[in-house]
Amino acid sequence: MIRVEDLAIVLPGFALEDINLQVDPGEAFALLGPTGAGKTLLLEAIIGVVPVTRGRIFIDGCNLTGLPPERRRIGILYQDHALFPHLDVAENIAYGQRYCTSVLPDLGPLIERLGLQRLLKRRIHSLSGGEKQRVALARSLAVAPSVLLLDEPLTALDPNFREDIRGLLKTLHQDTGITLLMVTHDFAEAHFMAQRTAVMNRGRIEQVGPVDAIFDRPETPFVADFVGMKNFFPAVIEGHDAIIGNMRLRCTSQDGDFHAVAIRPENIRVRKGPFDGGTENYLEGKLKRILNRGFYADVRVDVDGIPFRAIDTRRHLNRTALAEGDTVHLAIAPEDIHLMRGLRQQRQRLIG
Amino acid sequence: MSKTTDDALPLPSPGSGCCRVDPFLGIALAASAIIMAFILLPLVEMVVQPSVDDLRETWSDPDVIRAIGMSLYTSGTAALIAFVFGTPFAYLMARKQFPGKRLVESVVDLPIMIPHPVVGIALLSMAGRHHWFGRILNQLNIQIMGTVTGIVCVLTFVGLPFYINAVKTGFEAVPARLETVSRSLGASPWSTFFRITLPLAWRSMLVGLIMCMARAVSEFGAVVIVAYHPMVAPVMIYERFTAYGLKYSQPVAVGLIMVCLVLFLLLRWASPRKDGTA
Repeated sequence: MIRVEDLAIVLPGFALEDINLQVDPGEAFALLGPTGAGKTLLLEAIIGVVPVTRGRIFIDGCNLTGLPPERRRIGILYQDHALFPHLDVAENIAYGQRYCTSVLPDLGPLIERLGLQRLLKRRIHSLSGGEKQRVALARSLAVAPSVLLLDEPLTALDPNFREDIRGLLKTLHQDTGITLLMVTHDFAEAHFMAQRTAVMNRGRIEQVGPVDAIFDRPETPFVADFVGMKNFFPAVIEGHDAIIGNMRLRCTSQDGDFHAVAIRPENIRVRKGPFDGGTENYLEGKLKRILNRGFYADVRVDVDGIPFRAIDTRRHLNRTALAEGDTVHLAIAPEDIHLMRGLRQQRQRLIG
Repeated sequence: MSKTTDDALPLPSPGSGCCRVDPFLGIALAASAIIMAFILLPLVEMVVQPSVDDLRETWSDPDVIRAIGMSLYTSGTAALIAFVFGTPFAYLMARKQFPGKRLVESVVDLPIMIPHPVVGIALLSMAGRHHWFGRILNQLNIQIMGTVTGIVCVLTFVGLPFYINAVKTGFEAVPARLETVSRSLGASPWSTFFRITLPLAWRSMLVGLIMCMARAVSEFGAVVIVAYHPMVAPVMIYERFTAYGLKYSQPVAVGLIMVCLVLFLLLRWASPRKDGTA
């Protein structure tokens, strides 16, 4: 188990503040956030190479805050593998064996499990990205760490290896029950690997919770944007209605003091002609831009001065011959309108 | 009829400029040739001018052998001192951030910039009997003026920046993450240094040692202030030139050039490879 209490790290030009986190025994937990959010810094504080300004770090109930890395029994897996280039595969895997008292008695099963039998005498520079990551994983697990930290372990891999390693990490976690704390900026990766996640931004944790809850119910504008709710508008909530400027959108009732709404682009339907009547919200606007994203397109529509972003398939756009400048119709289901606290309330919540 | 690719992009006809030298490349080649000539011509002239008999006679002179030996001994000792004290210093500079680090780096580079006779004068003024440090040295029976110790002191002074800068660059080339991983696997900072950092940075250390020694072996300005005797090779060349002229100084200079050449061949051999191994 990992517990971080009131952690702060103050560096010139950057600070981690008020970090409180608990990863339960055997849990896979993801730290999400954009580049520069402070995720790797937090990981390096947990492993013990970055001194903390305030706060405490516990592993399995022991306060490790002042201990050097070699006494923490925490494994780490970096995205660039950090393999020792002057040692061969076998020497890399066995590196920690002479230092740790609680090592795996026999590395054979681990090596076999990771498919490294034929690579043991190979030099590091001759391995592929996926092979390197498997060697790094074997090296970390060979000393039987109490927790394993993963610093964007899949980012540097090409798509074929990424699938392999992702599946391998998942099954290893399920089989060994080791506690995993994983840093990533990819929500899909977190969704696949982790049970819970924390979203970080500018040195602070914005939201902690189960992955699905964060995906469906973001609490801050940043988290909403991060999980793909690209339409975020300040709004006045009156009963079942959200009033955005002159526009009134029907939404499902939710308890709370809400001052904003967020809508996923994929939940906004766009067409040229009007929709047949129904229970959805129907809007009319002008198609401002169509941005090609490969199989789909990012569609920007202006409705009474309010910019909406929708996603549509290339096929549908081509079939309906939508073009920039057209008058278009939007449909949004009430249940797809997510009510949120406003910016002022968010700020108060963070300060409070 | 549609245009073919060949129609759209006509190939240059022979002699229409495909073999013309790019002006930028031409200027670069000319500048390189001038520099090579500037360095090599005086040295080649120096080496080919003395007759074989002159060279044989000079190199069988015990004073010349002793002076070149003294140069190698003192500069080697200076490099060793730089290795012992400079290695931890360079590691600190490569790995740690602290207020005033740039100032410390500038201080390290000072011996490169200040005129070398000034180094000798400064050292002598500190080692004098009127200075507290000189009195301590005197009590410890350590003499600077006119001794091998004095020569080693000034050679260490002028050679240190070359060692420290080379080794610092070597340590910086070893990713700090390798050390983090090593320590997470249970290795102490000492073990990590000897099992990870040192094997990956040894070439840079060797380069630093050779750079330091090569710089020290060619030092004249600081040495001549502190110790005219025991005589090192650069001082002997100067003495023979002023006392007997060019003809007598050249064979000694050829000997010194050969020594420097060997050192620099070693340097090239030990330089970091392009694959990134330091």
